[in-house]
Amino acid sequence: MAGKPKLHYTKGRGKMESVRWLLAAAGVEFEEEFIEAKEDLEKLRKDGALLFQQVPMVEIDGMKMVQTRAILSYIAGKHNLYGQDLRERALIDMYVEGTTDLMGMIMALPLQPPEAKEKNFALIIERATTRYFPVYEKVLKDHGQQFLVGNQFSWADVQLLEAILMAEEFKPDILSPFPQLQAFKGRISNIPTIKKFLQPGSQRKPPADDKFIAQVKKIFNM
Amino acid sequence: MSGKPKLTYFNGRGCMESIRWLLAAAGVEFEEEFLETREQYQKLIKDGALLFDQVPLVEIDGMKMVQTRAILRYIAAKYNLYGKDLKERALIDMYVEGTADLMGMIIPFPFTPLKERNLALIIERATTRYFPVYEKVLKQHGQEFLVGNRFSWADVQLLEAILIVEEKEPTVLSKFPVLQAFKARISNIPTIKKFLQPGSQRKPPPDDQYVATVIEVFKKD
Repeated sequence: MAGKPKLHYTKGRGKMESVRWLLAAAGVEFEEEFIEAKEDLEKLRKDGALLFQQVPMVEIDGMKMVQTRAILSYIAGKHNLYGQDLRERALIDMYVEGTTDLMGMIMALPLQPPEAKEKNFALIIERATTRYFPVYEKVLKDHGQQFLVGNQFSWADVQLLEAILMAEEFKPDILSPFPQLQAFKGRISNIPTIKKFLQPGSQRKPPADDKFIAQVKKIFNM
Repeated sequence: MSGKPKLTYFNGRGCMESIRWLLAAAGVEFEEEFLETREQYQKLIKDGALLFDQVPLVEIDGMKMVQTRAILRYIAAKYNLYGKDLKERALIDMYVEGTADLMGMIIPFPFTPLKERNLALIIERATTRYFPVYEKVLKQHGQEFLVGNRFSWADVQLLEAILIVEEKEPTVLSKFPVLQAFKARISNIPTIKKFLQPGSQRKPPPDDQYVATVIEVFKKD
């Protein structure tokens, strides 16, 4: 038994990507088992491995954890990426919920019907540049520290970087009104564990392409 | 200043109801400000009260907290309803995310066009995906509460979910004897019992007026 966490998901970003980011940021090596066909998912379900019949599922510390937020909270808590006290945790929770909402919109786009896509594309840009990024820009500007919360690297920083990079894939110049976020991006990308994760050959997954979307739809009966 | 948490939301359940449940379960008195007009909402935004321009908003311990899960976790931890260690917290998190998903199918109902509402799917999920899990957890350890032999956020939210689904399908617990006993037990906890009585801050199921208010407040210019 390796003792390393083992991730069960499709071979793409989806909801598991934030988990990969956080484990990588914490310097934790992990294994992955990919669901490639419906039969793989059915087998996990039949074996009773999925509490609510859903993935992501992460085998960690003797538990079969499901529910993305539960998994992320556990990893953050275990690896000291969740602040010093309840109030810092509250800030981190608020910030990650914001970036989760933004990334959720971006990830849902390829699964939507064509008529909705254009409208939602514009909505995502609007939300990123008027609702979400200004908040993090201001937080960093107001306290002038390197990290979002408590002058210490946390889950909130990891997820903000993840969201920034995802938004940039969407619209490359999206950070142009946000100098603090640009500096933040440069800084956090240079943290050794993050730098390693950003290099080719890491377990970071590429954006979803049409082939992957088709596979996902088939596996999950969408 | 009263020192009591202050909740800003519509005069209805929505995303705030789980927070009302948890505060009530913890025996914490709270105040409420109800959103009734677009002007009120725009003023909140202009005053910088809403981090992401969204409600729920809970003013608590000097913070203006937003994001339902962030708020719930803070309350749970503060009032010792979040387990005694990381592993118990992990279980509680998994269980509340399950009930949140189930309730999340019901919350948007009044805003979903009639022909798109899928009550059958909700009942199917409740009876084949969610309730069996909690039935089994309780049956296997035989304890009164879901996690760590102690009352927690997970128990509060499970009761809330059971009652919400029962409103849609009163017989939904018929195959779940352990959940029936759980429901009765948790409903009898004094703070919960009080919350379940008429006159508490618990909100009724959404009606047309609630829907109309929400639509009006969030209407784009």
